[in-house]
Amino acid sequence: MLVFIYDKTFEGLLTAVFDAYNRHTFPDTLIEEGEILPLFCEETHTVITDEAKSSRVWHGLEQKISASALSSLTVCWLSELPGIDLLLFNYIRKAIDAPKSIELNFGDPDVLQLAKIWKQINNERLRVIQFLRFQKTTDEIYFAPVEPIYNVLPLTLEHLKDRYAGQKWLIYDMKREYGYYYDMEEAREVRFEEKERSLLSAILDEKLLDKDELLFQQLWKTYFKSIAIKERINPRLHKQHLPVRFWKYLTEKQP
Amino acid sequence: MNANVLEKLKVLAESAKYDVSCASSGTSRSSKKGEIGSAAGWGICHSFAEDGRCIALLKIMLTNNCMYDCAYCINRRSNDIPRATLSVSELVDLTIEFYKRNYIEGLFLSSGVVRSPDYTMERLVRVIKDLRLVHRFNGYIHMKSIPGSSQELVNEAGMYADRLSVNIEIPNETSLKILAPDKDFQSVFSPMRYIQQGVLQSKEERRKFRHAPRFAPAGQSTQMIVGATADTDKDILRLSSALYQRPTMKRVYYSGFIPVNSYDNRLPALKQPPLVRENRLYQADWLLRFYEFKVDEIVNDAYPDLDLEVDPKLSWALRNPQHFPVDINRADYEMLLRVPGIGVKSAKLIVTSRRYGRLGSLQLKKIGVVMKKAQYFITCHELGIRTIQELTPQNVRDLLIRKPARKTDHRQLILQFED
Repeated sequence: MLVFIYDKTFEGLLTAVFDAYNRHTFPDTLIEEGEILPLFCEETHTVITDEAKSSRVWHGLEQKISASALSSLTVCWLSELPGIDLLLFNYIRKAIDAPKSIELNFGDPDVLQLAKIWKQINNERLRVIQFLRFQKTTDEIYFAPVEPIYNVLPLTLEHLKDRYAGQKWLIYDMKREYGYYYDMEEAREVRFEEKERSLLSAILDEKLLDKDELLFQQLWKTYFKSIAIKERINPRLHKQHLPVRFWKYLTEKQP
Repeated sequence: MNANVLEKLKVLAESAKYDVSCASSGTSRSSKKGEIGSAAGWGICHSFAEDGRCIALLKIMLTNNCMYDCAYCINRRSNDIPRATLSVSELVDLTIEFYKRNYIEGLFLSSGVVRSPDYTMERLVRVIKDLRLVHRFNGYIHMKSIPGSSQELVNEAGMYADRLSVNIEIPNETSLKILAPDKDFQSVFSPMRYIQQGVLQSKEERRKFRHAPRFAPAGQSTQMIVGATADTDKDILRLSSALYQRPTMKRVYYSGFIPVNSYDNRLPALKQPPLVRENRLYQADWLLRFYEFKVDEIVNDAYPDLDLEVDPKLSWALRNPQHFPVDINRADYEMLLRVPGIGVKSAKLIVTSRRYGRLGSLQLKKIGVVMKKAQYFITCHELGIRTIQELTPQNVRDLLIRKPARKTDHRQLILQFED
């Protein structure tokens, strides 16, 4: 069994592809530095991430698959799923070896699998856009905590910057502990110190909120209750569309 | 903004909730400096009510006072319900503040008819004009066009709204006259025609001048109540199909009749709204819009009502077994769409993937074809399974509607308690 050891970055993965073609040997598995080697490991190769090598692979791929397929590779990388690196590696290898683009061959298990992962990530991105709820704070910043299953915050920025261009906002990924702050010019990545983090919770403390904020939350809750038709109540459908894991952060689902 | 709005919001949302439409798709607008918000062409649902319906827009009435007395409507004149009216500034504030918190995509504004259709329409137009011109609101606006309002007002509304709609409610005119004595088809179809004229005219102008204003860019929609009258599905679907022939009609909504005025004996007494029938009508509607079906293939004089046990596509396939089985690797896209268990997405995936090699049943399953249904209607390059030709339509039907019996484990000891 041949194992490639790399640094778990996307550039590292592309460099691994370069090395594999260079050595004419292809890995059975990819692991991060410091991870425990699998059993029956006969040979290891340590990939040293190299800008030049990775960009050569990237430019090579540009000749083989379309721009949208390329961007879907980077999107799938954000899924952080175990084994996504090997899947991407196999996909890239197939793309390079095939005489024409493989991106529409959904009969191929790797292509289909990657398409499904892309779909899942995109759905998660949409859910974040749908279900994030801003709370206006005393310093006029609209704050929204989220907790997506995939690392999709960077993918939502394009939409949010366009939609909320006229207000300062901050979205924060509570699980990965980073977020983006938009100051009406550009969105910058931010991280809170340990001390400040205690201030952050699903629903902010009343002291931190703008004076009208509670009224609007109350109005929205009232509206949410009134708009449902009692004769048609359907909890199963409700949960299917509005997954329970988002309820913690939804204003209308607070008691 | 004060707490008194809370009560008004409650009353007016209760009154507006029977309108089904909550779509926010069809218009893309990116934000400009100094304006509020944008519109996403693909539509975003920001929440889902406990009945499972999407909440994309702030669906609200300007007032629920109404001079009409329509039998099916909660806001009819003779009902004793709390009445309220929002002022323009309250409504505008609510919309913008909700929008800034990512609660909604925009506004769905309707109203009861006060004094005259034109008077009411004028007030509605004033609200959306205020939103667009004074507050530079860029989000989605869906406005109800009041039946019987004049062309000038519809034309003005189209300048500011993304979508305009007029509800038909009852699919034939005689029943409409009985249930809603103040309305007739003329009063519903003339605003529809004005909207269509406006959209087509603005399209023509935009061809000549790129910056000519857009008129209701997301077109129009309408709604019909299902189960309030004796109309068959054939009547309903023929009317929808005729409406979809018109260039601007984007959606026809079906609303299962909920007896809100149970004392009125012109209407049937139902225990439950006809939800299954409503669902079947939507499925048939999808067949008309995305699956290239003709209305007479779905319902006709021999089959005036949709089958409640199986979906309309399966029902069509069972009535027309001569078209099956379909060879997945050869059939054209239109035919693939007609196979029960294959939707638009899987049909497209099949067409693109089979260029690379023949597809087998395992790949079809992975692609997303519902093999439970599709297996009786297709062949692929593997050895044939039993198709509808060998099994006869009746047997296939029985196989597909049979509910799996509850599994009982015979090894499990059952204790029977005396009462």
